[in-house]
Amino acid sequence: MKNEMHLQFRALSQNESFARVTVAAFVAQLDPTMDELTEIKTVVSEAVTNAIIHGYEKDEDGMIDITVKIDGQLVEIIIRDQGVGIENIEEAKQPLFTTKPELERSGMGFTIMENFMDEMTVESKPGCGTTVRLKKQLSKTKAMSN
Amino acid sequence: MVGLDLDLEMIRNVLCVRLSGELDDHTADYVRERVSHAIERHQVKYLIMNFEKLEFMDSSGLGVVLGRYKQIKRRNGEMIVCAVPPAIKRLFSMSGLFKLVGYEETEKAALQKIGGKVS
Repeated sequence: MKNEMHLQFRALSQNESFARVTVAAFVAQLDPTMDELTEIKTVVSEAVTNAIIHGYEKDEDGMIDITVKIDGQLVEIIIRDQGVGIENIEEAKQPLFTTKPELERSGMGFTIMENFMDEMTVESKPGCGTTVRLKKQLSKTKAMSN
Repeated sequence: MVGLDLDLEMIRNVLCVRLSGELDDHTADYVRERVSHAIERHQVKYLIMNFEKLEFMDSSGLGVVLGRYKQIKRRNGEMIVCAVPPAIKRLFSMSGLFKLVGYEETEKAALQKIGGKVS
């Protein structure tokens, strides 16, 4: 089965929980395990937080787009912003690397996304925003294994 | 709207912080401000953070824990986290935080461990 949804919202921190809960609700149709749902909620939270804090640097006029595509048990989540972009993507992906230590950022966002998903790609150019693509193959549904 | 609740209690000279709800970038400032303020106000050297009732946490929470660790360290104190749910424990392990802060399964065990070093 194929399915797809789009979500667009303002870069406000109160939308972080809205985004992760909404994506999890959409993915729920695949009957994921609790661990898989937690992983998906966590990575959405990481990507959206990055867009708000780093992409838009807390400019609340910024808009964030999320697309979720489902194909069988494969979930693809695309998170886009039109913010400042990332100068050095490889550096940004390093564990514990952060440009904002004064805000007590842990620098673990991309590491968590890489760990919790099967695949992560980051496209970004300074001034042109950032797109994060995440893919994860969910375990077979209970219905299918019967 | 899902939020976060904090319960702060001084047990002798140990500050116990119990979190419930969801700790993300949106709720992190509140935790940071209240805990940080309590540490300064009560001259806290020993801090226990109890995660038992926390339903969700992302890397913003790691930042808050790391920040409090540094704050306590500056006071030559010690910090223990306890009762961390498995999903959140994975984040702690991934970040190497357990190399810095102690871990106990229960708040009672954490109090005993930290209490042993108190007068």
